[in-house]
Amino acid sequence: MTNAHEEFGMETDLAPGDESEEGGIAHRVVGYLTGLALAILLTATSFFIAGTDLVWQPSIPVALVVLAVAQMGVHLVFFLHITTGPDNTNNVLALAFGVLVVILLMGGSLWIMGHLNHNMMPMDQLMRMQR
Amino acid sequence: MSSVTFSEDDPHALGGLGGEGGHGSAAARVWPGPAPKRIVTGYGFWIFILSDIIMFSAFFATYAVLVGATAGGPTGRQIFDLRDVAIETGLLLASSFTCGMATIAADERNVIWFQLAMAVTGALGLGFLALEAKEFAGLVAQGAGPTRSAFLSAFFTLVGCHGLHVSAGILWLLTMMAQVFAKGFRADIQRRILCFALFWHALDIIWIAVFTIVYLLGSAA
Repeated sequence: MTNAHEEFGMETDLAPGDESEEGGIAHRVVGYLTGLALAILLTATSFFIAGTDLVWQPSIPVALVVLAVAQMGVHLVFFLHITTGPDNTNNVLALAFGVLVVILLMGGSLWIMGHLNHNMMPMDQLMRMQR
Repeated sequence: MSSVTFSEDDPHALGGLGGEGGHGSAAARVWPGPAPKRIVTGYGFWIFILSDIIMFSAFFATYAVLVGATAGGPTGRQIFDLRDVAIETGLLLASSFTCGMATIAADERNVIWFQLAMAVTGALGLGFLALEAKEFAGLVAQGAGPTRSAFLSAFFTLVGCHGLHVSAGILWLLTMMAQVFAKGFRADIQRRILCFALFWHALDIIWIAVFTIVYLLGSAA
């Protein structure tokens, strides 16, 4: 594995996507297989829940979002190897800032556009006034 | 001083300067110098991926705001085919796994396994694109193209933008296969493989948001 540990023989950061452990090929393949299994499980649950009548209907959107966030976490950990270790601090901080911007952008847009929709006159009345 | 070492990549990177010859106190910590090129490149590309995700979040916000603006046209529940979406999801997930196998093969400098895993990854990606193209063509044929309503404009922009990323990813994948074939596992090629793997896994993460927010929530609600 060509990462900084091997090249320089000292404790440095890791590039995003590199794995920190020296576990050998089998260990790494098992890591990807674990990620794949968890992702399949979460995806299957998502698709099942979206079409079922077995659960309380208003809970479905929340459940779908939670499952999606969980699966993103699985991908980040098992495929992109973003960890909480000290060699990953920069990668995690960049990710955290990205997530902050995404939340502000999506939450802010939905919030303000919802209020605008709420305060706008219904379209048919608006059309009548313009006549 | 014997402790001064130079990295091959960067002559300015001093390793261990002043480690022993200094004051000898425990507080004299060794400054390892600039990060290795692999980290600089990977981190820079990580920043790009995060900004790409922020761009996608703008498209997601647009879609979420316009999802009800169907202008009398079809709603998501009427046009989405969840069976195809499930197959697309499976293809992309499997391709993410084979991309990981290609990463391991590249680290182990195994050409055959690398080319095999990359070829499978590319084939799965092409299958995904074919299904998406079929869906888009079907929608346009039944009069539900991007010009029909604001909802469909936002839908085609968001999902199409992801599809464009996958297409670019496949071109990049073929480039990496050709470069490994022609140049072998040089350090710079390895860095490109690292960035490609980041890109491909990130596309799968964005697809999770697409199939949840667009397709599943669109058909459930």
